[in-house]
Amino acid sequence: MTLSNPEPVGEGDAAGTDLAAESAVVAATARAPWYLRLPVVSHLRRSVGLQRGMLVAGVVMVALLLLAALAAPLIAPYGFAQTAADGEAFGTQQAPSAAHPLGTTVTGFDVLSRVIWGTRTAVAVMVCAVAASLFLGVALGLLSGYVGGWLDRVLVMLADAIYAFPSLLLAIVMSIVISGGQSDAWGGILAAALSITVVFVPQYFRVIRAEVVRLKAEPFVEAAKVIGTGHRRVMGTHLLRNATRTLPLIFTLNASESILTLAALGFLGFGIEPTSASEWGYDLNRAMSDATSGIWWTGLFPGLAIVLAVLGVTLVGESVNDLNDPRLRTRRRRRRSERKVSA
Amino acid sequence: MTGTAARLAIRELDVRFATDGGEVHAVDGVSLEIDPGEILAVVGESGSGKSVTARAVLGLLPETADASGAVLVSGNDVVGLSGARLRALRGEDVSMIFQEPSSALNPVFPIWWQIGEGLRAHRPRMRRREIRAEAVKALEAVGIPDAAERIDRYPHEFSGGQKQRIMIAMALALGAELIVADEPTTALDVTVQAEILDLLRDVRDRFGTSIIVITHNMGVVADLADSVAVMHHGRIVERAGVRELFASPREEYTRTLLAAVPHLGRRSAWTLLEPSAQQALEQAEPVVLARDLVIEYPGRLGRAPFRAVKGVDFEIRAGEVFGLVGESGSGKTTIGRAIAGLERTGGGSLCVLGHEMNGLRERDFTPVRRRIGFVFQDPATSFNPHLTIEQCIAEPLVVHEGGLGAADRTRRVRELLEAVELPGDHAQRYPHELSGGQRQRVSLARALVLGPELLIADEPTSALDVSVQATVLELFRELQERLGFAALFISHDLAVVDSLAHRIGVLYRGELVEQGHGPDVLQRPQHEYTRRLISSLPVPDPVEQARRREERRTSSS
Repeated sequence: MTLSNPEPVGEGDAAGTDLAAESAVVAATARAPWYLRLPVVSHLRRSVGLQRGMLVAGVVMVALLLLAALAAPLIAPYGFAQTAADGEAFGTQQAPSAAHPLGTTVTGFDVLSRVIWGTRTAVAVMVCAVAASLFLGVALGLLSGYVGGWLDRVLVMLADAIYAFPSLLLAIVMSIVISGGQSDAWGGILAAALSITVVFVPQYFRVIRAEVVRLKAEPFVEAAKVIGTGHRRVMGTHLLRNATRTLPLIFTLNASESILTLAALGFLGFGIEPTSASEWGYDLNRAMSDATSGIWWTGLFPGLAIVLAVLGVTLVGESVNDLNDPRLRTRRRRRRSERKVSA
Repeated sequence: MTGTAARLAIRELDVRFATDGGEVHAVDGVSLEIDPGEILAVVGESGSGKSVTARAVLGLLPETADASGAVLVSGNDVVGLSGARLRALRGEDVSMIFQEPSSALNPVFPIWWQIGEGLRAHRPRMRRREIRAEAVKALEAVGIPDAAERIDRYPHEFSGGQKQRIMIAMALALGAELIVADEPTTALDVTVQAEILDLLRDVRDRFGTSIIVITHNMGVVADLADSVAVMHHGRIVERAGVRELFASPREEYTRTLLAAVPHLGRRSAWTLLEPSAQQALEQAEPVVLARDLVIEYPGRLGRAPFRAVKGVDFEIRAGEVFGLVGESGSGKTTIGRAIAGLERTGGGSLCVLGHEMNGLRERDFTPVRRRIGFVFQDPATSFNPHLTIEQCIAEPLVVHEGGLGAADRTRRVRELLEAVELPGDHAQRYPHELSGGQRQRVSLARALVLGPELLIADEPTSALDVSVQATVLELFRELQERLGFAALFISHDLAVVDSLAHRIGVLYRGELVEQGHGPDVLQRPQHEYTRRLISSLPVPDPVEQARRREERRTSSS
């Protein structure tokens, strides 16, 4: 599992979808109740055809992931560190059966329970990592882009320096620094989340900074300056709200990256101990030797869980990206009139 | 008009677009014919479907468009055509000239290569030497000097007007019999525009080319066209010879369109004033006083800074409208921005409302800002899309009069909306939901909400349609008379400035070459550049324009 430095997606698109498109969306949706204006919901309403299919598929997968994480104690047949029920050991490397629908692992855990409990860890890391990097990255980007000058240069250089690091190496170093490599559930989750944060902050930083630098030259910001509006109000009212439109996109793509990073850390043995929380990467690691002896179920299901979680979040992100760009968005009317012509 | 020999015949053309807001019926049953050697001007306001019609002639409609009807070019129907046959038709039969010449040429290839690209597409066996010879011939035909040497140059080494000439040369190189010119002079300065219009007329005379000119500028129409088609809401409302149309327009819409066009020297703001008012203005205290003002933009490392304004003297008196005209790059916007404190002055003295701007700290200037209003050029980008109209107009109140309650603010906003003749319920709308003219009214309201003593308007109407421009200018004039603020009115359009400004300053390459009252500057121009500017400006009257053109020709030769 190699971890590439993901491209800061918003940067390229920022120039393409201009202010006019943004204001069209604002004007069109401003009257709707607040819950219809939420990022993914408003996108769902605007989408048609294949794009809607992709978005719906992504939303369903993410919903399942969140549901599983929320209701893990109810759905999972056993605990994540349970090796015996009613005084009777599960046995190791048992093939799927009625008692263990997905079999058991080499250490005697129930695979189904591990997979379900694993959603909790994944979601926790996702939320912590994205939330932390979001706030830090946005604040720094806003400041750096608006103030400019030496502060901007130093921060951009720092961000570039972090970019130059292989992100997984950085994550490993962070997890060693924070928790000595191994720890209990929350220690491990926070270690993973913070290490991912360090990697993601430059992304948010650069996207927001690029937007702010572009917006700073827009007449409406100059209009505010001519009026005599203070710096804090310019940043808060005029820049922040206009600069954050690409965030839902980076947000979702980073969420999937964070799942992958967590799995990679676990796979390399820097994750969370199996007795304190369930973690898919760790399970995959333990399943490596099983694969050669024909025991497929210990590796397949945690792997599938990773794939589905990442796929779901990525589908949402990609669809949101396409729907934000007027040139990529398909429209309802056109299709109808095409049908009319062909008929 | 003989239908059989027509070079282009459009029959019942119908174009629909799929957009986010549903289907848009852009062209609704347009029929047109153009004879060989005819120059047809298609005029109309933005959204009237004139560009879409022209693009349909080349089969250049975007994918979201749905076209029906027939466009017959030399007997071929373009609407049904695709692929190789359409490509064969483009270039040899029809060619297009775009609005912005700098983005229509590829910056990484030399000129001869770009002219040759079309030649190669139609005559694949052509040799390099032949292509270069053809390119030289084409460039000479459009009057580019030293064509043989300059074909190896790149687009950025030519000026805007020359680039437009090269675009015309590309159309001529293939021997196109019909040229579609989409706003060919809108991006150019007036003096360059006159040259390009002369060239187009010359091309028609020499090669018998038919030309469709899409434009919103009635002066261009009067200068160039033989006949005119007026479009409105996707339909042709009137089709007539150019003299006939200007002399006796049949349709109501054409009449209002023509009436809205500012005519140079007809309604000079200064002559409309009472003598007593003129005298009062002469003696008023100056609110802006510039002496030897220099504004520089810092150059790259090791390079000398670029001097945008080179020692300018002028003053704006209280209650007076000072008009600043000049070409793009003449420094007129820079001066406006410097007065508003958006640009640092580099030398000399600029005194705004009693404050010396040279070396002024932002903190000391903030209290002065409430006495200055600013109207920006582009109404589309000068509002924060996330704020309602009310919030936009109330912004200066929030900043400078924090003690004001929400109810008082709303009342003040309503008053202002009423003053700029917008219904009060627009307060809750978003900028995007308003038209360009309405937005510019809001911009005016925002600039006036604190009752400023000085208003700076930077090309406030250049992004608007003619009829909208007329109403906004009328509003501006009325508000200025009622509220009596001093104003700096920046524009590239001499006719607009004359109808509004009491005094006019002509800016040329960072120097104020002439200033004085409207009639003095226009009728007795002292400086060579002012004379050229006035004679280049096409007047929306074909008879008068023909006479002016003749005068210009005799004076220049």
